[in-house]
Amino acid sequence: MHELSIAQSLLAIIREEMQKHGSPRLISVKVRHGRLSAIVPDALAMSFEALTMDTALAGARLDTEEIPLVLACRACGTKFSPESSDYVFAPCPACGEELGHTVVSGKELYIEYLELDEAQGT
Amino acid sequence: MQIPVIRNILEANARVSDDLKRLFAEKGILALNLMSSPGAGKTTLLERTLTDLASEFSMAVIEGDLQTDNDAQRVAATGAQAVQINTEGGCHLTSAQVLAACKELNLDGLDILFIENVGNLVCPAEFDVGEDHKITLLSVTEGDDKPEKYPLMFNISSALLLNKTDLLPYVDFSLERASNFARGLNADIKVFPVSCRAREGLDAWYDWLRAARAAKKG
Repeated sequence: MHELSIAQSLLAIIREEMQKHGSPRLISVKVRHGRLSAIVPDALAMSFEALTMDTALAGARLDTEEIPLVLACRACGTKFSPESSDYVFAPCPACGEELGHTVVSGKELYIEYLELDEAQGT
Repeated sequence: MQIPVIRNILEANARVSDDLKRLFAEKGILALNLMSSPGAGKTTLLERTLTDLASEFSMAVIEGDLQTDNDAQRVAATGAQAVQINTEGGCHLTSAQVLAACKELNLDGLDILFIENVGNLVCPAEFDVGEDHKITLLSVTEGDDKPEKYPLMFNISSALLLNKTDLLPYVDFSLERASNFARGLNADIKVFPVSCRAREGLDAWYDWLRAARAAKKG
């Protein structure tokens, strides 16, 4: 379950950013993950909750959003999102090529924003 | 207040992975991250490779396992340097663990460093460990649809070894189907059908290793 390591890394960044902005409280964090990164949102939420329990971050909300897979056809360069879940053999809608497409997006894993309580004393 | 923070969640791992890449480049070491499910034959492949190429290359192994140092003992028996990392439940190696293990090794004069990842087709694919290439092993007893089910690992691997080909008469596994699934999102992946147990097909793998080593050395 890589979600636990990912939640640990996520929390390290959150703590750093909170310190940078002088905020005492995290309201929510938004994470975007590519379809190929195989993140299970429930598992990430569970890890996040387990790691923040009994800490200053307890109760913060974790929002996740999947980034769809976008491939570029090896043969004609057309960019497309495979409709079926069987995306390894996704035929190009323009020319029908099935193999060797390049992954344009779908491997991402990043924080988009943090929602923080107003900094105190500033 | 909402603060835009566009930061890669795995940036801490990526930073150490970049440090490792610089270290390996400085020392001229080819680093390979070996990934597969548990039981696909990574350790047996290493035993064969370390033995058969012992006269050509100086090689070392970092072994990642949840528990035990069984595998490190097996590869050390070939005469190669071996360090064990026990992840204590962690399902993949991180670059920090690999960096710590490197401190236990004598890297001077080393040609090839194998990093045997924890057996798992999902998590190791997410964490770079300073490698030049990712290598995936898939055994024919696991089913030829695995590249389709776990696309990321096959997408980012330079080579795929299809192991245990001596068992092909007894299982429903199509080498062609598995290769094609792997090539679905990775046109350049090199596929090597091998049987580490029966010592078949290994010469092609060794040639690939020699070429990768030569490319690294420049």
